[in-house]
Amino acid sequence: MNTVIEVTGLTKRYAGRAVVDGISLNVDQGEIFGILGPNGAGKTTAVECMTGLRQRDGGAVRVLGLDPKAHSQRLYQRIGVQLQESQLQDRLRVGEALELYASFYPNPASWRELLDRWGLAAKSRTPFAKLSGGQKQRLFIALALVGNPEVVFLDELTTGLDPGARRATWDLIRQVRDGGVTVVLVSHFMDEVEELCDRAAILEQGRIAALDTPAGLVDLAGGEFHMRFRPTAELDEGALRLLPGVTGVIRRGAQVTVTGTGDFASAVTTDLARRQIIVADLRIEGRSLDNAYVTLTGRSLETS
Amino acid sequence: MNGFTRLAVVEGRLFLREKLSVIGVFAFPVGLVVAFGLIPGFGKPQKSLSDQSGTEYIAALGIAIVLVSLGLQAVPMVIAQYRERGVLRRLAMTPVRPLTLLVAKMTVWAVAAMLSVVLIVAVTRLAFHVPLPVKPGWFVLSVLLGMASLFALGMLVTAVAPTARSATGLALALYFPNMFLAGIWVPASQMSAGLQQAGNFSPLGAALHALGDSWMGIDPRLEYLGIMAGWAVIAGGLAARYFRWDKA
Repeated sequence: MNTVIEVTGLTKRYAGRAVVDGISLNVDQGEIFGILGPNGAGKTTAVECMTGLRQRDGGAVRVLGLDPKAHSQRLYQRIGVQLQESQLQDRLRVGEALELYASFYPNPASWRELLDRWGLAAKSRTPFAKLSGGQKQRLFIALALVGNPEVVFLDELTTGLDPGARRATWDLIRQVRDGGVTVVLVSHFMDEVEELCDRAAILEQGRIAALDTPAGLVDLAGGEFHMRFRPTAELDEGALRLLPGVTGVIRRGAQVTVTGTGDFASAVTTDLARRQIIVADLRIEGRSLDNAYVTLTGRSLETS
Repeated sequence: MNGFTRLAVVEGRLFLREKLSVIGVFAFPVGLVVAFGLIPGFGKPQKSLSDQSGTEYIAALGIAIVLVSLGLQAVPMVIAQYRERGVLRRLAMTPVRPLTLLVAKMTVWAVAAMLSVVLIVAVTRLAFHVPLPVKPGWFVLSVLLGMASLFALGMLVTAVAPTARSATGLALALYFPNMFLAGIWVPASQMSAGLQQAGNFSPLGAALHALGDSWMGIDPRLEYLGIMAGWAVIAGGLAARYFRWDKA
């Protein structure tokens, strides 16, 4: 695997306070790499230092072998960046914007094809100010890709998109990666990282709290599965508690929730079958990145 | 075409799509000349205007208004907005530098201003038989220096204002006093000596004097040209020193 991004001890301070505090990570070619964390964790600042928009105070960064501090101009021909809160001129039309930005690069993608692929062909003559939030977001992604970049940085990719458009966007990002492009994704959406990323770093107050595959992060955090069902006959909760792996049984009205680790679920279903208790609405909920995140950082994304 | 040319073409189109700017730069000054030019006897030398023909004076005044409106309205409002809304930041992440966009936009405004000057002079000549500027070299230099000083002042406003809102407010706070001191509403010759003196030192006042004089055939006093050049260099230098590419 070729390493396309090497970050060692990256530090950025504002007014003496380290917003990014000694981050080290490598991103391999063709990888979708997630940078995850609550607002204010330093995600955006870290990416801005990697792309040369901000000057780092310490550490080393190499993107495609280039130091963004020294060779940003050469770098910008080979990377695409979609930044948060970066608008376009109100009266600039969609097609015009893509054609203009395509003209900046030595080997641009076909901007008309990007219009089609990102569902903007019908909006080609629409001024930027008249686009919906989702259309603007898709235009920004298309603009980040118009230079045929080798690495693309996407900050809050699916903000403002409805659920259907989010799914479609994920598919398109996978296609981009399948074309050999390395993707760095800044996100605070767990499902997005779980769905898309090969690996992800969880940032917490400017430091990396954990870095692994999404499944690895979940394993690292440990945790239990939940099994919910409605028994159709009277149930002996005490007997369930004695089964191997079961750590708890809670009853709420007709619904029973059994928590446990390992292979507890088959022990529970076998036991119920032996007692000839039929269950309805059986659901097993696995450990999620959401829960892992809370365990690893000690707080929830939503409340932070 | 390189990045600059493409940006200039696109920004030129954006300028034309903004109806208010087209009206302000072309229709308003021409309308002003026509409206005053139609007043009977206004084309004759006016005592209150040091014997300049009223129409000629109004045409020079129209040019001054175009320059100040671009410099102290369009420049700070548009550039501060481009900064605040991240247009400059987005460009910073491409092989083209955001400075290129600023230069392209300035070029569009400069070209628009010069076309407007040509249009005003042509209408004044063709419709009201006012002679063409008698000292064309001084006249063109006056236009260019007036433009440079007012654009530089607009850029200085943009540089020091933290937001687009404050840039607009600060620009308007300079716009109206400049217009007043320069004698846009009341001819300078009818103002007190102190106000006249202050007006001469304002970029717009100096521009209006230099434009009027060179049109009439008088070599503009070097102090007017020097005052404009001084504003251009000092305000432009400070703007370059303090300009921020990203919002505060």
